[in-house]
Amino acid sequence: MDPALKKKIAIKINGVERSCEVEPRLLLVHLIRDVLGLTGTHIGCETSICGACTVMLDDKAVKSCTVLAVQAGGSELLTIEGLARGEKLHPLQEAFWECHGLQCGYCTPGMILTAYQLLQRNPAPNEKQIRHALDGNLCRCTGYQHIVDAVKHAAKRMKRRK
Amino acid sequence: MPVSKLIGAKIKRREDPSLIRGRGQFVDDIKLPDTVYVAILRSPYAHARIKNLQTDAARRHPGVVAVVTGAEIKDEITPLPVSGGNETLRVPKHHVLAVDKVCYVGEGIAAVVASDRYIAEDALALIRVEYEALPAVIDPEKALVPGSPVIHAEWPDNIAFRSEQTQGDLTKAFKDAHKIVKQRLVHQRLAPIAIEPRGVVARYLTAQKELTLWSSTQIPHMLKGHLSQMLKLPEGQVRVVAPEVGGGFGSKLNVYAEEGLLGYLAIKLNRPVKWSEGRRENIQATIHGRGQVGEVEAAVKKDGALLGLKYKVIADIGAYHQLFTPAIPPFTGLMLSGCYKIPAISMELTAVFTNKMSTDAYRGAGRPEATFVIERIMDRVAQELKLDPVKVRQQNFPKATDFPFKTATGLAYDSGNYQLALNKALKLVGYEKLRRQQKRLRARGRLLGIGLSTYVEICAMGPGFWEYGKVDVEAGGKVTVLSGASPHGQGQKTSFAQIVGDQLGIELDDISVIHGDTASVPKGIGTFGSRATAVGGIAIYQAAEKVREKARELASHFLEVDPEDLNFSEGKFSVKGVPRKGLTIQQIARQAATDKNLPKNMTPDLAAETTFEPSNFTFPFGTHICVVEVEPQTGRVEIKKYIAVDDCGKVINPLLVDGQVQGGIVQGLGQALMEEVVYDANGQLLSGSLMDYALPRAADLPRLKLARTETPTPVNPLGIKGIGEAGTIGSTPAIANAVVDALAPFGVTHIDMPLNPQKLWRLCAASNRSGARR
Repeated sequence: MDPALKKKIAIKINGVERSCEVEPRLLLVHLIRDVLGLTGTHIGCETSICGACTVMLDDKAVKSCTVLAVQAGGSELLTIEGLARGEKLHPLQEAFWECHGLQCGYCTPGMILTAYQLLQRNPAPNEKQIRHALDGNLCRCTGYQHIVDAVKHAAKRMKRRK
Repeated sequence: MPVSKLIGAKIKRREDPSLIRGRGQFVDDIKLPDTVYVAILRSPYAHARIKNLQTDAARRHPGVVAVVTGAEIKDEITPLPVSGGNETLRVPKHHVLAVDKVCYVGEGIAAVVASDRYIAEDALALIRVEYEALPAVIDPEKALVPGSPVIHAEWPDNIAFRSEQTQGDLTKAFKDAHKIVKQRLVHQRLAPIAIEPRGVVARYLTAQKELTLWSSTQIPHMLKGHLSQMLKLPEGQVRVVAPEVGGGFGSKLNVYAEEGLLGYLAIKLNRPVKWSEGRRENIQATIHGRGQVGEVEAAVKKDGALLGLKYKVIADIGAYHQLFTPAIPPFTGLMLSGCYKIPAISMELTAVFTNKMSTDAYRGAGRPEATFVIERIMDRVAQELKLDPVKVRQQNFPKATDFPFKTATGLAYDSGNYQLALNKALKLVGYEKLRRQQKRLRARGRLLGIGLSTYVEICAMGPGFWEYGKVDVEAGGKVTVLSGASPHGQGQKTSFAQIVGDQLGIELDDISVIHGDTASVPKGIGTFGSRATAVGGIAIYQAAEKVREKARELASHFLEVDPEDLNFSEGKFSVKGVPRKGLTIQQIARQAATDKNLPKNMTPDLAAETTFEPSNFTFPFGTHICVVEVEPQTGRVEIKKYIAVDDCGKVINPLLVDGQVQGGIVQGLGQALMEEVVYDANGQLLSGSLMDYALPRAADLPRLKLARTETPTPVNPLGIKGIGEAGTIGSTPAIANAVVDALAPFGVTHIDMPLNPQKLWRLCAASNRSGARR
């Protein structure tokens, strides 16, 4: 593309300031994966149904395949790579491990980020609320039960820590 | 035998630490310098001749490195391989890119290679194609009608293959029957939809003449063999790597056009090439599952005893075969007995070409179809004879002492206790109470349905399919395990470590399991057919046994005692009566590597490898019971309760088994209630995205209640059966039977899947209008 048509954007991703020049049509998920090299956020469809690409954009969980990179300019992003503090896992990550909440692991980052938002908004969700909150995240391996267990487990842990 | 700490233990998975951090490396995560990106131009027609293909504009587009067409490469890559089939099999040439004509929407005709994926897509739009549309063959039954357009002109009709198997005296069975119960059944086409679509990265190192291909595959070794043939390279120059694979379910048990194409391009362009499948491409051009239309007839006595069964079926192959396409429908025939003593069975199969993507293995691969047929007809028999569906099944079960149980289809089921699983399920669901509750609710106009399926399935492939295992206790004391299995979520890095840790008395953290790379693992077959643990795990177990035997010999040599004078416990060989005198496995390994006086003929290591080929399949079984309520005003099905009792013999890691069963059940639910690949009459794919192809979500089901019985198999020393597909096989009929049961007051006796709200609402509305509710 003609360099003059590229847009400059500045974002803060997982606490780190980054700036880059992007084509207006570049998807946020491609910015994250290909430009910034954070491949933990995955692509599973083209119609924003599967949720594998879910990240936090400021205070909202979004499907990064349906956000343009330029729309994220000036915002804060949280991806799966930003959850752990060094070697210390986030309670959600620990819970998914503990409860066998993943098999192939492909939907897992998106699933965890959606759960992250859920627990921010509702720290003690019941089974029905968890299943409803995960409506935008598809998993083909687990049948969801252990994922729901993991979210409950994480909620308990996080409550105890408060 | 000492109780194992590891076998049967709920060990947390060793795969997870990297996956939960987003550090798993899937194909699209592989970044090689100088990579160029491939986009594929795909046919928008189901059936058409390619009259003209203009690629100049695409070639000239800035950033485009190359454009290739089918005509240009047809002599460079051989057509895609096909396995299985009988003497009637017709194999149309399936080129990597179409040459003269296209036969399904999504068939690739040209490929653009460019410096980034966006430019590659831009350039696709610059390719001009002139098509001459041909009539499309879509309905598999109509494909057989004389006068139908014929897809492959080298044959006079659309038949891909046929087979007919009969055992027992069906004529007598049908003559002696009190009743013949008939049912037409449609198994709709399904899309496997692994959440990770397919993808390939390929790189050719000119100096070493080595092609490395990373593919989201279930079968790296088989793929290596086929690719070397397709590209005319010696096998020793081809390396295939399955990195993290985001689900397979059979859809990645294959050799795809894109794998051959990327291998070719990597060599031709001398740069790394990458292709990442989009979801629409995936639904168009990754294999579909199921796709059978048939009629079953059961000859029964007045008390429900089965005398004979006939199944006449048409299998919808698609335009071409993929790797195992011809092998799938015959599995249906093999399992038509289900859990029952049926003295006479026949299956008449006609497989037909249609202008659609190929069907091939998808979770269950031919066995869900068989189980659906037999479990649906058992309910129909119960209904026509006015018997309880539970009694009809029990009536026909073999006894637990009748095993190995020989079926009329030529199988010997290894072990089983169908009555035990059924009793457990009935108790857990509170069956009698439920039937009473159903009666009360029906009186109030509510549509509660109870469905069951008592299933058995054939897996742990099997005779003719070995698996490779190696266990190496290194001089440094760590253990490396190599397996030809290729897990994609099943957790063998954990369960295989449990097996070896148990055999050698070594800590799990000191054991690493390597799989998926043909450069690291010398041979293998792969993961499919629920075989990774029941075949691959046994190879590992036997290799570990050999290591222990060698360790004993070495220990006796180093300690200067007879081998029989050594005890082995918790990883250490010690002299009987002198427990302090001994050596750990790790010490033996170190000494073996450095000792100058090893026994003759002994290699300086503590390692062993083996291949294990089972003498029979294994036959897991169980009972699933599903309780649903149908809301007549919306057609929506609510699953109120789901009980699964499954028996996979001995269990290595209960967490992993539960995960497989739960995941399997939800895929079966998808088939029962919502999934369907839909082509219109012109062969246009209408369900080409996840907006139209419905998949089960977390809110679509309640908690599943899982239980087990344990009937070990005599087929392998650990008594393990496979479990990866059993959940899917058992669940679909249980759910479908429940919905039909719910609508019984409307006089409904059968509904073809998917049992979606639109279909059920129409049935309820029509019945209300006709006042047919009873």
